[in-house]
Amino acid sequence: MINYDLVVIGGGPAGMAAALKAKECGVGSILILERAETLGGILEQCIHTGFGLHYFGEELSGPEYAERFIKELKTTDIQVKCDTMALDISENNVVTAVNKTDGLLKIQAKAVILAMGCRERPRGALEMAGTRASGIMTAGTAQKYVNIDGYMPGKEVVILGSGDIGLIMARRMTLEGAKVKVVCEIMPYSGGLTRNIVQCLDDFDIPLRLSTTVIETHGKDRLEGVTIAKVDEKLQPIKGTEEYIPCDTLMLSVGLIPENELTKNVGIEMDRVTNGAVVDEMRQTDHKGIFACGNVLHVHDLVDYVTLESQLAGQGAAEYILNKQPKETVYVSTTTGTGVRYLVPQRVNIKNPNDVKLYFRVGRIFKNAKVVLECDGKVISSKKKVKLAPGEMENVIIPADVLASMNESGVICVRVEE
Amino acid sequence: MIRELTCVACPLGCAITVDYNDTEVLSVTGNTCKRGDAYARTEIVNPTRSLATTVKVNGGVHPVVPVRSNKPIPKKMMFECMKTINSVSVDAPVEIGQVIIQDILGTGADIIAANYD
Ligand SMILES: Cc1cc2nc3c(=O)[nH]c(=O)nc-3n(C[C@H](O)[C@H](O)[C@H](O)COP(=O)(O)OP(=O)(O)OC[C@H]3O[C@@H](n4cnc5c(N)ncnc54)[C@H](O)[C@@H]3O)c2cc1C
Ligand code: SF4
Repeated sequence: MINYDLVVIGGGPAGMAAALKAKECGVGSILILERAETLGGILEQCIHTGFGLHYFGEELSGPEYAERFIKELKTTDIQVKCDTMALDISENNVVTAVNKTDGLLKIQAKAVILAMGCRERPRGALEMAGTRASGIMTAGTAQKYVNIDGYMPGKEVVILGSGDIGLIMARRMTLEGAKVKVVCEIMPYSGGLTRNIVQCLDDFDIPLRLSTTVIETHGKDRLEGVTIAKVDEKLQPIKGTEEYIPCDTLMLSVGLIPENELTKNVGIEMDRVTNGAVVDEMRQTDHKGIFACGNVLHVHDLVDYVTLESQLAGQGAAEYILNKQPKETVYVSTTTGTGVRYLVPQRVNIKNPNDVKLYFRVGRIFKNAKVVLECDGKVISSKKKVKLAPGEMENVIIPADVLASMNESGVICVRVEE
Repeated sequence: MIRELTCVACPLGCAITVDYNDTEVLSVTGNTCKRGDAYARTEIVNPTRSLATTVKVNGGVHPVVPVRSNKPIPKKMMFECMKTINSVSVDAPVEIGQVIIQDILGTGADIIAANYD
């Protein structure tokens, strides 16, 4: 058995920021476990720019954003084990991991930070008829082929799902000379950032068809085409709207799922909407000493927010390890009002002396609406928004003095008013 | 004339309204920061975009290394720049930030490495 004060699982932007913050807050021994060959997580294959404008005031590519943190890690005594997969966390925070050089590792940690990110939803999760021809892949897999392996997976492309990875890949494939014929989105709105629709589709005249899905794939060995169709309000294909589109590649960008197998095995309470753990304002789960941050907690579209959230988790873990948590804990749950799909954190310790930022997503598109924060029935803030969309994460702050005035039967609610 | 734009200068994607006539931009509203104002003005006059792609590496860890323009280039020159970038290769080792192509096609932008090879 090895001993560490803090074990961080996952060496993406979330894990690195959390570890660095914990160090800065005075934690002694810290170990990061990363399954891949290198640190950086998903950022290593996100070569487009648009990272870090808020955090660094510069527009960086994914690898450059990651490099800033990798470099900073090297100036500390934080230990990193790459090519190492965490397999299990026990009731009393013993982390089991495995790699080629050490074999099976048992690490006793005082605190654990979960930063495993998420993975893409695979084809199996979709209702689609047709054979298993080659040429069907997730957009993230295609991104790795093109950007890391330097290999073009196809020439004529249809993309299903308008998530950011799909949009980014539409542009990437076009720049490399492929023809992206259409992006189909089953919902009546896009799941991606507006800026990505503008600069990845509109710039190249790639059509985005809303309320449309792929119902069948054709081709025996290699994909030869897909049939697309419009869908009704219940997302069921409408007869007579079918259209055949020849293509050799179908990319799926139909959502991300937080990688929470480890989390669930420990028996941590989960949020059914985010598919992540239920956490408090320092990102502590209901299992004492286990924290979660980044995409494993809820899917983020901006890495800058991942970094900020992970610093909170790092600080929270440090306070836990160094016995500096608030003396008293009185939790009040956060409630989603009209229009709000989820809120993170799901509960707030009202004895925490600081302002608390609540992150949320709306359930549909709103125009000229107001985001209202209500505590104990009183409106604390009401902020005008020209546009709110499910693809863009929003936030609202509960001031510390409002928290201080609440008691255990308090109500914190965020809603959208039209 | 009024044009509604989505600022792409950063991922916040503010909705910006520009009022302009044939000779000048009269007003820019809806932007959260100064970059949004600048973005809206160039978008009306001469739209530009950052370019990110990869370059072949000889003898590196990976077959390609990510590169990007260090400042935005005119939107209409994207494909020409891609052609130029795809016609070169670079010898390992590649340093992050290393200039791969200086002043590409006279745009004033350098193509720089965005990672190690
Ligand atoms: C294609 C794409 C485009 C994006 N574009 C932008 C953009 O333009 N601007 C922007 O700001 N943000 C963008 N984002 C969002 C941003 O990149 C992510 O929110 C961020 O990378 C999430 O960080 P993370 O550390 O939580 O997860 P990840 O980066 O996924 O890192 C998680 C790490 O944990 C490791 N891991 C998982 N399980 C285990 C285990 N059991 N043991 C050990 N290690 C494990 C994984 O190998 C991985 O390295 C984009 C994301 C994607 C996918
Ligand atoms: S106006 Fe500023 S904050 Fe808004 S999208 Fe543009 S750069 Fe970002």
